[in-house]
Amino acid sequence: MWMSFYILIQIIDWYPMAKITLKNLSHTYLKKPNNDADWALKDINIDWKDGGAYALLGPSGCGKTTLLNIISGLLKPSKGEILFNDKDVTSLNPVERDIAQIFQFPVIYDTMTVYDNLAFPLKNRGLSKTEIDSKVKEIAEMLELTPTLNNKAAGLTADGKQKISLGRGLVRSDVNVIMFDEPLTVIDPHLKWVLRSKLKELHQKINRTMIYVTHDQIEALTFADQVVVMHEGQIVQTGTPIELFEKPKHTFVGHFIGSPGMNILPCEIKNGQVNFEGKILPNNTSIKKTNFNKMQVGIRPEFINFSKEGIKVKIKRVSDTGRHKVIDTECSSGSIKILANASAEIPSDSAHITFDEKYTYVYGDDWIIE
Amino acid sequence: MSLELKNVEKKVGIETHIYSTSLKLEKNTINVLLGSTLAGKTTLMQIMAGLDKPTSGEIWFDGENVTGKEVQKRNCSMVYQQFINYPNFTVFENIASPLKITGVKPDEIKERVGKVAELLKLSAMLNKKPDELSGGQQQRTALARALVKDSDLILLDEPLANLDFKLREELREELPKLFEDRDCIVVYATTEPLDALMIGGNTATLLEGKVIQYGKTLNVYKKPENLTSAKVFSDPPINIAEISKSGEMFKIKDNNAQWKSNIKIKDGNYKIGIRPHNITTYKEGNNSVEIDGKVLISEISGSESLIHFTSGKLNWVSLSNGIQQKNIGEHTKLFMNVDEFLYFDTNNRLVSNG
Repeated sequence: MWMSFYILIQIIDWYPMAKITLKNLSHTYLKKPNNDADWALKDINIDWKDGGAYALLGPSGCGKTTLLNIISGLLKPSKGEILFNDKDVTSLNPVERDIAQIFQFPVIYDTMTVYDNLAFPLKNRGLSKTEIDSKVKEIAEMLELTPTLNNKAAGLTADGKQKISLGRGLVRSDVNVIMFDEPLTVIDPHLKWVLRSKLKELHQKINRTMIYVTHDQIEALTFADQVVVMHEGQIVQTGTPIELFEKPKHTFVGHFIGSPGMNILPCEIKNGQVNFEGKILPNNTSIKKTNFNKMQVGIRPEFINFSKEGIKVKIKRVSDTGRHKVIDTECSSGSIKILANASAEIPSDSAHITFDEKYTYVYGDDWIIE
Repeated sequence: MSLELKNVEKKVGIETHIYSTSLKLEKNTINVLLGSTLAGKTTLMQIMAGLDKPTSGEIWFDGENVTGKEVQKRNCSMVYQQFINYPNFTVFENIASPLKITGVKPDEIKERVGKVAELLKLSAMLNKKPDELSGGQQQRTALARALVKDSDLILLDEPLANLDFKLREELREELPKLFEDRDCIVVYATTEPLDALMIGGNTATLLEGKVIQYGKTLNVYKKPENLTSAKVFSDPPINIAEISKSGEMFKIKDNNAQWKSNIKIKDGNYKIGIRPHNITTYKEGNNSVEIDGKVLISEISGSESLIHFTSGKLNWVSLSNGIQQKNIGEHTKLFMNVDEFLYFDTNNRLVSNG
């Protein structure tokens, strides 16, 4: 299995380099947009270095698919430009941009054999029979499709078909960037681990630009070096998985990253201090500006401890996930989730909790106050 | 009230889709069918619902043999992976539809739809059409329609599979609460071990048309009767190795790791199963064994780190809390938590759990 991997690396070694720049991109599907909400993308600026592993992460409707279609050339942006290696490609079509794209649902020819499906993109580019044969066999070996090469694609399971799609995306050697659009949605969990770590290992060895679009935080965080988090057509934070987890710059990032997400609760600021549940919360920022409509305190479930004194909460429910306990608690400001070790003793009725100062943040109108 | 499958078997042509299965599901329980694609979850549910007949065996409901009784005559509702709603109906009409068919009075319909809409956070959307809703709201509507009927049996076939990660997390948390005060039997099919753990209740592990084990969810997870059940109920995949035991000493054959234990099994050859979170970059528990791992790849999610590594001839996965940055090819110390080992005999049956 590992051997076949190195073969694939050799194939991909001929890929050309590509740095991708998105400049002031905005997009609307309407002819006459009236307000902010009519824009699917709002002033997107991204610099993606050549060879990076990137992810676009966000829920459905956040604009990530629009952005993906703009990068691949399926959609022309209303405003702004796209550069590949500093060359403006905004008006080029997908073929001229040389991009390999792998979609959420398998895009294959049911009536063709697995072999012919994999060979198809290469035949279109006029490669010789022997070249095609060796590449198809190498890719098939890597994706463990060899035993099914002569079968009709129609008879395969959903994840079998998706493996063919992946193979078709990876088999070409003349692309600028490989884009994955929710490629593992139809794959069973145990196979997800295998395919994901293979993609990641592949990337680390060859360092080609890959963009992975997903709503699944685990897939984005484990695959990418840099994750772009999108919310309502905007980029709310770009960072490494560690930055996004440890210091969310926007409440949406706090909520969306982490499972369960960050606890976000209303608080008050008095004399530059954070008042929450009648107590002053220690935190590591000094708050000067306070004229926000909404002030909130954010703390991840991982950074809350039971203690003798502190904020009083009621224990509502404890779920044992085998590895952790997730504790639902309630105080007068709202509900607070706490994550504890599976072996931890959990108080039964009510308890006191404290927040780890280092990871307690204050948000004004959803943006972090630093 | 209970639902009982007695030696139910399903064959299609020469292929067996469900091998002889006996299961008894009690009133007021949520029962998770856990297994990968083609394990037989959907077939089993269709047999329970009466949408499909077993080739042999019987289905008993509430003391009555209902084998062959049509689905229309059973008080049962089903929710599928695809969001199925009537596109021309409003959310209210969608939820009300099963009540209208059975001739419930308009006042009562209004009250019951209102209640269930409240529960599923749909109150503000009752006048909208399904295509104006997000995926999560569409699936909530389908769930509401299943709940409004007061069915004896509610079958949920991977209902969260097509939802975004965060919505899945949210609905998964709400589901057990929805059924808390209902006199019904709920069956929930999923491919995700974490779904089963979060939902709780009972779990049946399935593989290739066979029910491997059925019992309280946490019990099936902690004491899998055999290696197959342990594999089905592990995500990331469970690490497995062949070991030998001599006196108090245990030894992994492929990497020479050794430890002492006084568990009472005969000397000889066994297998161990170690879940990834029981191999960590730090010591956990009172008894740990150190091993040397060569890093294949590490994946960091911010709160935890997965390290895929080789140790001797083994190719394993570890899962640690926090950020454990490791480079490809780096040698690193890892600690296995001995108290959490699962021991299996050469026939793959569990002989001891730590």
